[in-house]
Amino acid sequence: MRDVIIEVRDLWFSFNSIPVLKEVNLTVHRGDFIALLGPNGGGKTTLLKLMLGLLKPDRGTIKIFNEPVGKSSHRIGYMPQHLHFNQSFPISVLDVVLMGKLRPGKGWSRYSSKDRLAAQKAMEQMEMWDFRNRRVGELSGGQQQRVFIARALVDEPEVLFLDEPTASVDTKHQTDLFDILKELNKTVTIIVVSHDVGIVSSHVKSVACVNQQLYYHDDSEITQEMLDMAYQCCPVDLVAHGMPHRVLQEHEDEQDKESGP
Amino acid sequence: MLEALQFEFMRNALMAGLLTSIACGVIGTFVVVNRIVFLSGGIAHAAYGGIGLAFFFGLPFVVGTLGFALLIAMVMAVVTLKARHRSDTIIGVLWAIGMALGVILLDLSPGYNVDLMSFLFGSILAVPPADLWLMLVLNILILLTVGYFYNDFLALSYDEDFAKIRGVRVKLLYFVLLAMVALSVVMIIRIVGLILVIALLTIPPYIAEKYSGSLRAMMFLSFILSCFFTMVGLWVSYFFNLTSGATIILVAGVCFFISLFFELLRSPRPFSNKN
Repeated sequence: MRDVIIEVRDLWFSFNSIPVLKEVNLTVHRGDFIALLGPNGGGKTTLLKLMLGLLKPDRGTIKIFNEPVGKSSHRIGYMPQHLHFNQSFPISVLDVVLMGKLRPGKGWSRYSSKDRLAAQKAMEQMEMWDFRNRRVGELSGGQQQRVFIARALVDEPEVLFLDEPTASVDTKHQTDLFDILKELNKTVTIIVVSHDVGIVSSHVKSVACVNQQLYYHDDSEITQEMLDMAYQCCPVDLVAHGMPHRVLQEHEDEQDKESGP
Repeated sequence: MLEALQFEFMRNALMAGLLTSIACGVIGTFVVVNRIVFLSGGIAHAAYGGIGLAFFFGLPFVVGTLGFALLIAMVMAVVTLKARHRSDTIIGVLWAIGMALGVILLDLSPGYNVDLMSFLFGSILAVPPADLWLMLVLNILILLTVGYFYNDFLALSYDEDFAKIRGVRVKLLYFVLLAMVALSVVMIIRIVGLILVIALLTIPPYIAEKYSGSLRAMMFLSFILSCFFTMVGLWVSYFFNLTSGATIILVAGVCFFISLFFELLRSPRPFSNKN
C-alpha cells in the first residue's frame, strides 16, 4: 500500500454560522493526482485552505505526513489563485520564486547561493529563467502561472496544492499547464482545485466532488451521477475534451437534433 | 539657497526633511503596497489626542504623541485583524475620537498657548536639535527592523497566505508594521502636520512604484523623491514666504500630476491593472 500523505477525518467547517463543509473525509496517497471539483461556493477552496492550515476547522482532524497541519510547511508547495495578486506590485520573477525558499526568523534578507541555484533550477524547469529580471505584473497570465508553479516547486515539496490553475488562462495554456503537472506528478503528489470539469478530468487520476460534502471517485471518469450529486442544480457544461464517449444527456439531445435533418 | 543656510533653523529644517524622507520612503512604500493608507491617516489624526494628553498632563510633546500614536496603531491592528469587513468604519471612528479627545484636552489644559496650527500643518522651520536626534534614532530603528525582516515583509505584502504557509509570523509582523507607521507618522507631523501626513507618505511611493523593479528600489526611489519634495518645498516657501508644510505638499502634488500625465502618454488606461 502506498503511503498516506494527507488524511482528512470527519471535517466540518462553517463561515459566519453558514455550513460550508460537512463530514468531509479524504485520504490522499503518495503519487496521487486528485482534482477537487465543484460549483463556486461549494467549499473546494475552503477545503484546500483547511489542508494548508490557513483556516481552522470547527470539528474533525487533518493530518499531513502524519502530523497536524502547519508542522511540515517545508514539504508543501502551494500555488494560489493568481487573480488575487496586485499586478502593480514591484517584484521580479526571481524574487517571487525565491519567496518559495523563505524561512522565518532567517533575518537580514539573505538567500544563500544554494537557494538561488534551486530557484534557477525551478525557473528553468518552468522555462521562465529568461524572464527572471522582469516584473511579474508585466507577464501574461500563463507566464505568471509558471512563475507561481516555480515558486511552489523551488523547495522540492512532496505535495503540491494548486488553486484554480486554469482560471484566466487560455485553452492552449491550460493544456500546457496540465501536461507540465502530469510530468511533475511522476515525483510529486498533486491536489488541484478547479471548477473546470473538462480539462481536469482528462489529466488527473482521481476526482473528488465538493459541494458541502465530498464525493470521492478513484477514477478520473466523470459520470452524470457524480455531477448530479456535486452540482445538484443546473446542467453542467461538460466540455468534451478528449472524452467524447462521456457526453451528457443534454449533448445527446443536441446530437439527435443535428443528426435529424 | 546657500544664503538661507546660514540660519540654524534652515539647516535644522533641511536635516529634518532629510531624516523624515527615510521614513517616508521605507514605510510609505509598505503603506502603499499594503493599501493601508486610510489606516495610516487614522493613526495620524488620532495622534492629535496624544498632543492633548501631553499638554493636559504636562508631559513632553514627543512622549504624548509617540505613546498615543503607538497605542492607537495597536488598537487598529487588532481591529483590522478581528473585524476585517468593518475595519474601515472603525478606523474612521478612532480617527475622529482621537482628534476630538485632543481638542477637549487642550480646552481643559490650564494656560494653554501653543500654536495649534503647527501641529495641524507642521513646523519644519521650528524643529529643535533634540527632535533631530530623536528622528535619527527612530529612523535607525525602522531601518534595522525592515532590514532584518525584509523578506518576511515582502512575502507578507505580496502574498499573505503564502507567507503564512512558509511559517512567517504574519500577525506579529503586522503589529510591527503598524508600530513603524505610527513612528513615521509622528515624525512626519513635525514636517507637514497631521493633516498633510498622508500626502508625504503616499505620493513618493506612488510615483516610485512605476519605475521600480523591487520593493527595495521602490523604497530608495521614494526616499529620493521625498527629499526632493521637501527641499524644493522648503526653498519655495522661504523665497515666497509661504507656509512650508503646505508648500512641500503642493510640490509633491504637482509632481504627482506630472507623473500621471506621463503615464497617460505611455498607456491609454492609466489606473488599470490588467485584471
